[in-house]
Amino acid sequence: MSFHLILFLAFGAVCVGGAVNLLAQRHPINSALSLIAVMAALAGEYLLLGAEFVAAVQVIIYAGAVMVLFVFVIMLLNAGVEEETKGSRVAVLLGVPGILIGGVLMAWVVLQHSGTDAVPIDALPGPPTTIAQLLFHDFLLPFEVTSVLILIAIMGAVVLASKPESAAGKVD
Amino acid sequence: MVPLSYYLLLSGFLFACGVVGFLIKRDIISIFLSIELMLNGVNLSFVAFAAQWHALAGQVFVFFVMVVAAAESAVGLAIIISVYRTRETLNVDQVNLLKL
Amino acid sequence: MNIGLLVILGVTSMGVYGVALAGWSSNNKYSLLGGLRASAQMVSYEIALGLSLVGVLIQSSSFSLRTIVEAQGGRFLGIIPRWNIFHGQFIGFFIYLMAAYAETNRIPFDLPEAETELVAGYHTEYSAMKFAMFFMAEYANMITVACLATILFFGGWNGPLFGPPLVRALLPLVWFVAKIFCFLFLYIWVRGTLPRFRYDQLMSFGWKFLLPLAIANLVVTAVAVAW
Repeated sequence: MSFHLILFLAFGAVCVGGAVNLLAQRHPINSALSLIAVMAALAGEYLLLGAEFVAAVQVIIYAGAVMVLFVFVIMLLNAGVEEETKGSRVAVLLGVPGILIGGVLMAWVVLQHSGTDAVPIDALPGPPTTIAQLLFHDFLLPFEVTSVLILIAIMGAVVLASKPESAAGKVD
Repeated sequence: MVPLSYYLLLSGFLFACGVVGFLIKRDIISIFLSIELMLNGVNLSFVAFAAQWHALAGQVFVFFVMVVAAAESAVGLAIIISVYRTRETLNVDQVNLLKL
Repeated sequence: MNIGLLVILGVTSMGVYGVALAGWSSNNKYSLLGGLRASAQMVSYEIALGLSLVGVLIQSSSFSLRTIVEAQGGRFLGIIPRWNIFHGQFIGFFIYLMAAYAETNRIPFDLPEAETELVAGYHTEYSAMKFAMFFMAEYANMITVACLATILFFGGWNGPLFGPPLVRALLPLVWFVAKIFCFLFLYIWVRGTLPRFRYDQLMSFGWKFLLPLAIANLVVTAVAVAW
């Protein structure tokens, strides 16, 4: 039981618990909060793999900005508890064992065929300098395209979320 | 030393939870949260494979996935807000008429 | 592990949740509005905060706080210390200061809190220990901002060293604490002096003035370092 495995299992348990809690909770704010927990635990997993810059960006951008947007919208729309829908008992009776069997089967196949090549702790260090080298030399075109994408998303979000009567004759 | 397959199993489990959430949830915001969970699972498998094949491009690609996820959630949430203004409901089952 | 400054930015980003969720969970429409306004303000000024830090990063080419402080040792002409504020980040310092005042919800940007005196705010429904937690968090945030400002712009623990070796070992700590004390004094001084911004003035200041200025600062710094 190496320390690496213990840390992996600890972060993995938080990920798994958060993902299952997202499905189990009926109020969207609880699902959003468990997704934030999943993202924070995933940042820990990235640190174990040596991707330090990716882990920092995951916390700053994903857990710190995108999820804040989700929480804002849940607050603004005052989303309530999900309504009860008429489920199908046959679906539950066949579906849940089906998912479990399928999942166990696929996990067994993956474990059999992946061999025992282990990934050591801090396997591929990704400090900001080397990532920046790649991002601004080899991947410059995707980088510029994503900045245009963000600009389009900003404009689209502002137009879509603005109130209908003020969007028509706004002079600014 | 953790085998790569453990990371892949975790990533697959997160992705599977995202898909199941997308299919069984009725609240549009919970569906969006499941989409984000799927994207996070995929990010983990990118970083795990980058570590195995010593290709830093895997970590760089995670940035593009995050940027696309951020843009998509911004626009998607704006659409949800404007749908809520007309339909007054967040339940996807009840948004089933083209014209009110 | 070269990500010291990013960890601080990450924790700052997570601080928005406390305000937003406190405002909503109070089940009070004034608290909700106050919480939404406060968190929108914090998210907007986080961008200018991050960009003002990038100027420092370009000059020090490291995210590690220790490396940034060590790059500020020494003096120009024997008199002026090589702190970042004298070494090209003058505007960056003021952008950082204004963005940090908005992040910590202090005057002149404390409309979300002042609402407590007028109508309501995000911590109206909290009393006793929970209210104390909010304020302890705010003061801890202020101290963190003061620490970061001294480390990034004022040379951290650099200062004249004199005396026997034991004093020499402890003197950097004294300089660090003295600089932090000056920043906290500045915080409280500004609080007693300035009136507060209206919310629309606050948001337009952050987006239409501070953000372009931060980007211009970044461009000028990058060009100056590249030459």
